[in-house]
Amino acid sequence: MSKILIIAEHTNDTANASTAKCIQCATEIPNAEIDVAVFSDNGESVANEIAKMDGVTKVIRIEHDANSNPMAALIAPQVISISKGYTHIFGPSTTFGKDLMPRVAALMDVNQISDVMEILDSHKFKQPIYAGNAIVTVEAPTTVPVVATVRIASYRAVGSSGSAQIESAELDIDLPSHSRFIGIQAATSDRPDLQTAAKVVSGGRALGSEENFEIIYDLADSFGAGVGASRAAVDAGYVPNEMQVGQTGKIIAPDLYIAIGISGAIQHLTGIKDAGTIVAINKDAEAPIFEVADIGLVGDLFDVVPELKAALG
Amino acid sequence: MEKILVGLKRVVDYNVRVRVRPDNSGVETDGVKMSINPFDEIALEEALRIKERGQAQEIIVVSIGAPEAQQQLRTGLAMGADRAILVETAEAVSPLMTAKLFLALIQREKPGLVILGKQGIDHDNNQTGQMLSALWDRPQATFASKLEINGETARVTREVDAGLEVNEIDLPAVVTADLRLNEPRYVKLPDIMKAKNKPLDVITRDELVTAATADIQPVTYEAPTEREKGVMVEDVAGLVTALKDKGLL
Repeated sequence: MSKILIIAEHTNDTANASTAKCIQCATEIPNAEIDVAVFSDNGESVANEIAKMDGVTKVIRIEHDANSNPMAALIAPQVISISKGYTHIFGPSTTFGKDLMPRVAALMDVNQISDVMEILDSHKFKQPIYAGNAIVTVEAPTTVPVVATVRIASYRAVGSSGSAQIESAELDIDLPSHSRFIGIQAATSDRPDLQTAAKVVSGGRALGSEENFEIIYDLADSFGAGVGASRAAVDAGYVPNEMQVGQTGKIIAPDLYIAIGISGAIQHLTGIKDAGTIVAINKDAEAPIFEVADIGLVGDLFDVVPELKAALG
Repeated sequence: MEKILVGLKRVVDYNVRVRVRPDNSGVETDGVKMSINPFDEIALEEALRIKERGQAQEIIVVSIGAPEAQQQLRTGLAMGADRAILVETAEAVSPLMTAKLFLALIQREKPGLVILGKQGIDHDNNQTGQMLSALWDRPQATFASKLEINGETARVTREVDAGLEVNEIDLPAVVTADLRLNEPRYVKLPDIMKAKNKPLDVITRDELVTAATADIQPVTYEAPTEREKGVMVEDVAGLVTALKDKGLL
């Protein structure tokens, strides 16, 4: 039997969608018993939410003032303190999990598997490499725990008809004082979250300016879509970093992805390859984005986008 | 601080379209252009700027791998690093082993800061910096887009999913570079000539770490499934119809 510990990602009030997707991934391991750890300063509502997620046996609450804003150097030793007996420790392949899980793995003196996209058996997995241009099947040693991050775009969220038990774990370790959280600058928006939105509109370098990017927001808002961007648009300062889609930004899998003025570098395409339908709007008929698009439209975005918005509205 | 250690990984150039070998044994690297991992180039540029501000005296670039990685180290020296170390090994090196080798070098060199790229664009693991700081028992600041050194501490702005997070960490520490930390300089010809006389030490892996790690073994490589060829529409009306046909509107 496999005993799996999942490190929950959450906002202190609610679980991030990545948590339910990690659980889905873990349920695909044969004979899995799944526990979820919630590290927070007050994790009651998050623990209650996760206890309802299908497939979860137990939710473990680990409370500490230092967990109000998670820092890998502080969370990792806490993970170790509750890790005994688990055959697998999983976290999401988001910046939270990417930051934390390798630190956990190193403290356990094991290697880590990044971006698990398919479970073949308890110790055999598929992961993308080279920006998704190759998929490698890997086999982890059975003599040590498997530490992995889960490529959340590969999994659906589990349902919420479960009723797991919740228990609290006491910490008897000293946390380091060498790392301090100062603050976070996060744009607040009423738009659907880019990582979980069913529909996403993205803009690229061809928008030309921060002001011009407004037409992308307008179009997205007209049908309730999330908004993303190419690296070029972020580098040029049109939009903040958290909107970047691609190899080094967010990997997303919406039902509909509309790429506007994005040429389609391989680093961008790796972030959208699991999208249901990809629409490309670009002036350049030779742009590589058309090679992956399900529906392509060659045209000037400054003509097409307002027209599309009018047609949808 | 006296020294900054920077990792330079030799990887397939980011412009190369990587292909899986027909026998599924790996990706094709024969005759393919190799370069410094782009994130590592950014890491080195940041170290050079810290030195140019008078906040560090010596920049040491390190690579682990085949003898050919000396090319990337020479490029790093041409960019402005003071000396280079190649940890030579013919075997594949896991992120955990890489972290252990860096730790051994840290014990020799005692740097005030280690800057690595946040991930290699070959295996996309995004692990080594985090593992190294864990083994070293020091702070980590991953995905850095801004780095300020203030005496014994550093203030790091990190690109996270929610936005820009600011951490303060005590030094020494490990920082991993994200894309927007800086724009690396171009190497000039005289610098390439000058770099030929800078020290490049070659040591073997076994001189630093003898124990093996329980490694994750690759079994087979495959090409990703291709998306089916799409359709082109003439105008917005055609686009709306196509979307409606797919039930997306």
